[in-house]
Amino acid sequence: MIGTLHAKIPHGPLDQKWRSHRDHLRLVSPNNRRKFEVIVVGSGLAGGSAAATLGELGYRVKCFCFQDSPRRAHSVAAQGGINAAKNYQNDGDSVYRLFYDTIKGGDFRSREANVYRLAEVSNQIIDQCVEQGVPFAREYGGLLANRSFGGAQVSRTFYARGQTGQQLLLGCYQALCRQIAAGTVQMFPYTEMLDLVVVDGHAKGIITRSLRSGKIDRHAGDAVVLATGGYGNVYYLSTNARGSNVTATYRAYKRGALFANPCLTQIHPTCIPVSGEHQAKLTLMSESLRNDGRVWVPKRKEDRQKAPNQIPEKERDYYLERKYPSYGNLAPRDISSRAAKEVCDEGRGVGPGGRGVYLDFADAIKRLGEDTIRDRYGNLFEVYEKITGEDAYKVPMRIYPAVHYTMGGLWVDYDLMSNVPGLFVIGEANFSDHGANRLGASALMQGLADGYFILPYTLPNYLAGQMAKRPSPDSPEFKKAEGEVRARIQKILDVDGKRSLDSIHRELGLLIWDKCGMSRHAKGLREALVKVPKLREQFWSNVRVLGNGEDFNQSLERAGRVADFLEFAELMCTDALERNESCGAHFREEHQTPEGEALRDDENHAAVFAWEFQDDGQPPKLHREPLHFETVHLTQRSYK
Amino acid sequence: MNFRLRIWRQKNRQAHGKLVDYDVRDISPNTSFLEMLDILNENLLQRGEEPIAFDSDCREGICGTCSLTINGEAHGPDHPGAVCELYMRKFRDGATITIEPFRVGAFPIVKDLVIDRTALDRIVQAGGFISARAGSAPEANSIPVPKHDADLAMEAAACIGCGACAAACPNGSAMLFTSAKVSHLALLPQGHPERESRVLKMVQVMDAEGFGNCTNTYECEAVCPAEISASVIAKLNREYARAALQRGAGE
Repeated sequence: MIGTLHAKIPHGPLDQKWRSHRDHLRLVSPNNRRKFEVIVVGSGLAGGSAAATLGELGYRVKCFCFQDSPRRAHSVAAQGGINAAKNYQNDGDSVYRLFYDTIKGGDFRSREANVYRLAEVSNQIIDQCVEQGVPFAREYGGLLANRSFGGAQVSRTFYARGQTGQQLLLGCYQALCRQIAAGTVQMFPYTEMLDLVVVDGHAKGIITRSLRSGKIDRHAGDAVVLATGGYGNVYYLSTNARGSNVTATYRAYKRGALFANPCLTQIHPTCIPVSGEHQAKLTLMSESLRNDGRVWVPKRKEDRQKAPNQIPEKERDYYLERKYPSYGNLAPRDISSRAAKEVCDEGRGVGPGGRGVYLDFADAIKRLGEDTIRDRYGNLFEVYEKITGEDAYKVPMRIYPAVHYTMGGLWVDYDLMSNVPGLFVIGEANFSDHGANRLGASALMQGLADGYFILPYTLPNYLAGQMAKRPSPDSPEFKKAEGEVRARIQKILDVDGKRSLDSIHRELGLLIWDKCGMSRHAKGLREALVKVPKLREQFWSNVRVLGNGEDFNQSLERAGRVADFLEFAELMCTDALERNESCGAHFREEHQTPEGEALRDDENHAAVFAWEFQDDGQPPKLHREPLHFETVHLTQRSYK
Repeated sequence: MNFRLRIWRQKNRQAHGKLVDYDVRDISPNTSFLEMLDILNENLLQRGEEPIAFDSDCREGICGTCSLTINGEAHGPDHPGAVCELYMRKFRDGATITIEPFRVGAFPIVKDLVIDRTALDRIVQAGGFISARAGSAPEANSIPVPKHDADLAMEAAACIGCGACAAACPNGSAMLFTSAKVSHLALLPQGHPERESRVLKMVQVMDAEGFGNCTNTYECEAVCPAEISASVIAKLNREYARAALQRGAGE
């Protein structure tokens, strides 16, 4: 059904593509805009900014979120900051450098044109947010402050304490509130999208369920925008919010949208380790801690149960300093995550379950004094103490890597439209800008770029040809989709088995973490591809969900999401197996340099892998979009 | 650790609710309060009893979703922090713990421990924003903001919108919530053009939603997970008086 993937990248020099493309996109005149209804699913940085901006332009917008308020979308939890190429520090930054750092950081697995545009609009985002009242950190002269982040050689990160995501989200939430009051945006909180409705090949609506009343509704629109975030919770434990899920994008995939690079997931090295079986979520500790903390484990596994201060200096293995003498404890995210896994696999991990390594501040405290360390990291030490009950000024912290971002997502062209006309995908939900590894402080930038400054130009280009084509929600396609949603809910309730949902989800998470986590190999992935369908079978024959569908039912809503994760996990492993190379966060053990670093295969794998759903039980069909690099030269990363 | 839990159960908004006793056993002190409720829910499920409905999402104290009153205190005993940041080691082994929803007239109970806080969204919709069209913003550094003002604005903007302030207030007042937003935006030059209309409209909607009046008990400040200072309430009062006078003078 789908021929060659066409990304529709404009011709011309890299730095003029977006400008000249904008000059030729079709427009919708102001008095016609109110005739169009746009459905936006998700209200985080991408969805919130898109809904507010489209509303302001005069379109009628329906915005949906599963939270009780759009202000609670998981963008709220981002800590570090947002990048922009303002060059306020006069330290040599430019749009080109931000572009280059992002594409190199992504290990050359993203599109040049998309990434360049992202860097280009980054400056407008800062202007917009400041005007909205986002209280970014400032210098004494009243101008905006910056910091260097994630090993960048320039200071280009704007921040609002450790709550940058929250403040940016409140900025677009407030803009959204203004549109709600103005009547251009109708907000549907506590409402989940359960299916996409495709009419004559175009995305024209969604089926939703109210999480309050259980009511199923049909919503027709002239276009559908998905801004539903990432799928990190496929691993059960991640730094994502409890409610974050893959359902909206996966349902769209089952209706024909291609899913691109699903195996590309980022694992953050500094999180608080799992403490017990019933842990529901992992907490990120800012990476800045590695500036002063030293990472180590005991040399001998017999020592792993000993108190850390009982292990003398010569019995400790400062493995990052040993393996990467020049980067040491500051080795990049993927490298330090894998190194931690390795030492724990060897049985030298510390803490409950042996999945943890020490991050020790004793030397830094000796050198700088406790007060300096308190100034720098006081709030992080408090968070650590709240969660673990341990005082990290006295005993070393324990950390372990955790899943926190997914680079893969629905395939989109340069206009952020999927292969299904009328279906746009923005923010973490699409695959477009971060390649195989996202750089710090780039997620917030991408979400807002898509919502404020890209979609409002590209969506009208589609709508201009869609005047008066919005179907009635009573049309057969809507009735059919609604019927299928109802049948699926009933099917879940009818299982009436013995196993709890969490136990199934936890088992799935452990399996995927083990076989398709920090490092993967063909044998393990093949094992997972056998085990996932069996676990799915367990779900459909033995899951226990009480209550009914026509009511507030938290078990039921979670069950639907887990059911989708159980299918999606298979797609992830299929993609990881197909990507027979290592790149960025995707580390295939078969493909490494003699020093144990990721080894890309540019000749055969410099491509986006986009998967097309076939029927249930059939393997998905692979489409490749070759990546062409006209401006940058592909290089191998080295951190020795 | 073992606990006796007394939990508010209520089928829906119309139904009468009551406290029901549950026992939980062998809880590790490193379990978070919400994970302890997850464990209880797993046990209830195994027994074929309906799990307890409660809201949570980020589970790291920033989204503002969780909203429990524990032993009479909004967000429980470990201030500052949201319920999701509370761990069982803060309780005595064998303790009886009473768990209720936030009790505020303007937050109707949806089910068990879940409440409807959309009243807070409507207060923001009334004017808790700066009208700034995407595309029309001036260069970000064209208007310097004194660091002191920016820092104070950030302190007020840190509000997570949980509603604990209203739950702790004997009058069910949302003054801390409303004042935090009014202060944040009034402290920044970008917020000045709409300064008067903003405070007047937000206070009007706050009253219309049925929140009570502020009588300076400062219970709100004591439970606020974001450590918003009650001094923002004085700021709102000044803003309100200023706006009312200006409006009066203009008429």
